[in-house]
Amino acid sequence: MKNITTKNPWVAPVIVRHASSGMNKFGGVRDAQFRDEIAGVSIAELVEKYGSPLFVLSEEHLRQSVRRINRAFTTRYAKVRQAWSYKTNYINAVSAILHQEGCDAEVVSEFEYDKARRLGVPASRIFFNGPYKSRGALTKAVSEGARIHVDHLDELALLEEVAAELGILNFPITIRLNFDTGFAENWGRFGFNLENGQAMEAARRIAASPNLKLTGLHNHIGTFITDPRAYTAQVGIMINFMNNVEAATDCTITTLDIGGGFASRNAMQGVYLPPEQITPTAEQYAEAICGALAIGLKDREQHGKPLPELVLETGRAVVDEAEWLISSVVANKRLPTGQRAMVLDAGVNILFTAFWYNHEVRPARPVEGIPEDTVLYGPLCMNIDVVRQSVSLPPLKTGDLLSFWPVGAYNNTQWMQFIQLRPAVVMVRQNGQVDVVRRAETLDDVEEPERLPADLQPDFS
Amino acid sequence: MSITVAVTGMNARADNPGPGLAIARCLKESNTPTRVVGLGYEALDPALYHRGFVDRGYLLPYPSHGEDALLARVCELHEREKFDVLIPCLDAEMQSFARLAPTLAGMGIRTFIPNSHQLALRSKDRLPELAKEIGIASPKTQAIYQANFFHSCQSQDWQYPLMVKGLFYDAKIAYNAEEAVAAFHRIAGEWGVPVLAQSWIGGEEINLAGVGDGEGGLAGAVMMKKRALTDKGKGWAGISIHDEELLAAAQKFCAVTKWRGGLELEMLRDTQGGLHLIEINPRFPAWIYLSAGVGCNLPELLVKLALGEKLIPSTPTPAGVLFIRYAEEAIVSLADFENITVWGETLRTEGAFA
Amino acid sequence: MKNTLLASKRLALSESGFVFDPVSGQSFSVNESGLVFLRLAQHEDDLDKLTTQLVEQFDASSVEIKRDVQDFINRLQGFLK
Repeated sequence: MKNITTKNPWVAPVIVRHASSGMNKFGGVRDAQFRDEIAGVSIAELVEKYGSPLFVLSEEHLRQSVRRINRAFTTRYAKVRQAWSYKTNYINAVSAILHQEGCDAEVVSEFEYDKARRLGVPASRIFFNGPYKSRGALTKAVSEGARIHVDHLDELALLEEVAAELGILNFPITIRLNFDTGFAENWGRFGFNLENGQAMEAARRIAASPNLKLTGLHNHIGTFITDPRAYTAQVGIMINFMNNVEAATDCTITTLDIGGGFASRNAMQGVYLPPEQITPTAEQYAEAICGALAIGLKDREQHGKPLPELVLETGRAVVDEAEWLISSVVANKRLPTGQRAMVLDAGVNILFTAFWYNHEVRPARPVEGIPEDTVLYGPLCMNIDVVRQSVSLPPLKTGDLLSFWPVGAYNNTQWMQFIQLRPAVVMVRQNGQVDVVRRAETLDDVEEPERLPADLQPDFS
Repeated sequence: MSITVAVTGMNARADNPGPGLAIARCLKESNTPTRVVGLGYEALDPALYHRGFVDRGYLLPYPSHGEDALLARVCELHEREKFDVLIPCLDAEMQSFARLAPTLAGMGIRTFIPNSHQLALRSKDRLPELAKEIGIASPKTQAIYQANFFHSCQSQDWQYPLMVKGLFYDAKIAYNAEEAVAAFHRIAGEWGVPVLAQSWIGGEEINLAGVGDGEGGLAGAVMMKKRALTDKGKGWAGISIHDEELLAAAQKFCAVTKWRGGLELEMLRDTQGGLHLIEINPRFPAWIYLSAGVGCNLPELLVKLALGEKLIPSTPTPAGVLFIRYAEEAIVSLADFENITVWGETLRTEGAFA
Repeated sequence: MKNTLLASKRLALSESGFVFDPVSGQSFSVNESGLVFLRLAQHEDDLDKLTTQLVEQFDASSVEIKRDVQDFINRLQGFLK
């Protein structure tokens, strides 16, 4: 029998130099906390069962999040629709839950359109956005009665042709506008500019067409907007244009689609304050938007015009905080500069948002020891594969698990099959059960579309 | 009976001091015997070691590390020190403390600070709106997210020179686009975006420090004109003044916002004699010791308000009293430094180097 | 390596993990195992013997301890130049 030792547990020795600033033993507190479960399910068990890296969604978080936004708006304005922004996360289980919660679909390509249709979304509840819709896509969308947002004059001409071919009169459409709110930089590349008269020109063209009619206005001011006043300005400008365009072209606007852009509690790189201080709540956004609607639409019904429905294309704020990425430490390194580095099994190939966020990073167990400034590298043999440039972490061993949060927005859609296969996505259901909602990719998945000409088959015999 | 007051802003650096040490000094001169606990963020924050004014020093987690960590640390310290009042005085921490104030009150720690809404009202990027409501002029201000604004701004009615400012700290006058872009990147690098562009107005800056009573009144005020500046544009000498118009602006500000707590109004008198609102800081300035110097100890007044004590109506303060700031070195034992570095507090143990 | 071990003898060590280098004027924080290592290094110049002592005290393989000690000495080397 081996002698039972009373040896102390070993932790790698660490020495940190005291600098002239940044010397604060609490400096790393935020990230030194640990997280060992997600929605009540142990992270260690999840990885044991489904592998690492692993995306983990929480159904409860997702439903609560969309309900909160919905409540914030419906209690302040009579006609509100939330359209789920597919590009943010179009895993079917995610979209399905949001449709169960009453969301329409907002898609920006034929692929996304087909995805929503296949999931059972009626075309009349699909908002078809984006700068490129092929003739085939438009023909399908028009004949099925989707809600089309026009981005430019060439598309308007194409749409008119398509409607004429189908023999459809007065097909209701929405135009996308761009303008300066004074808060965020105008995304002038999308839609028709308001200040230079393009938008009004488009409206006149629609009015002149027997096949089309203008019933909606759309604008998207940008992304990760942390000042709700930007929306107050946006809504004011849109209502003003609505009044002008109705007077000038004798149309009736029934939809104001204000796009998305609400921030989540993620830490944007280059922003000093923590996200809980700069990210407005759903109620604050709703107050800014519905307040502007109340002022702008005060006399509308008296003038015989209907109250337009408010459409929200919220993506990030709905899903970001409902998903985590679990990753394992593969190696510890000491860089020539003296900085500590760790290699993880998850890189920018699957955590694309690491390019602009400092995610919350937490070990999956309480870890003793002095936190040290650490750079986190992914598994790719590429210099750009850095998931975190600098984070204060205590000593970790290979095999230790780290969770990244929030990762629900844009990662499961912008991830790429590059060098590595993409990992599984599981969802913790409200009853505590865990479902695989996207299995881990296999070599077959990647090679299935490939065709190797027979004479190119290498022969190493 | 003596009270214990926690004060932040221990970064009493020679060129750009935080207000904490001056507040501590005022409290030590108040009529109520006061034990001052200094709460700093860096092991080299000098005021943590200033035994004359600060009885005990501790470190707090940085504001950028979130409110949970901050609250946990304050709770821990309160158990040991039993704070009666806490006076935060750094811009970057005010929002955190405003949100934590009800929780702190529940624990018996009184604060006398503006709420989140009031803080947002005087946020630098909203200054023109507020100035309009108070009925005073203010320079045009715009939040900037991209440096290329400074190349195109002249077509949007901006003129050089203009001011480039951080949302919390830092301000630089820029005479052309290149200087503005450089300032933008430097400030954005430290404090993040947005960075503010503010039109530049020539004239003389005058300042007022005061305490809003939370019910729309200005409980006390001291006015000052800077007479000499450091390289960073901070006053190192100044003289008390009495300017009715400046006082009226502060009273109007308190009436409109129902301001609660310390404040500093930075205003500018242009060459035609017009008054412009440049900035409102939601806390005491570093020159607050002048208030004790002219017999209107504003930190003492704030503590009284926080404790719900009766106030003696303040009398006008005399003009013509100067302050001249000087630098002084605190001598710190390796043991004290060790304690702050390792435990985040002064005087915990007799360390190896005692 | 040897030089670094010798140089580490000049360090003043505190129970708290606070370390002061009287030659350079720099100060440092070390964790528990770092402190144990530096304490041992005050009396022992032979790295192998030093590692053996650590293996006796701590619950880890000598391979793991050697690797971590190597990393620690590399770090130290940068500080004690």
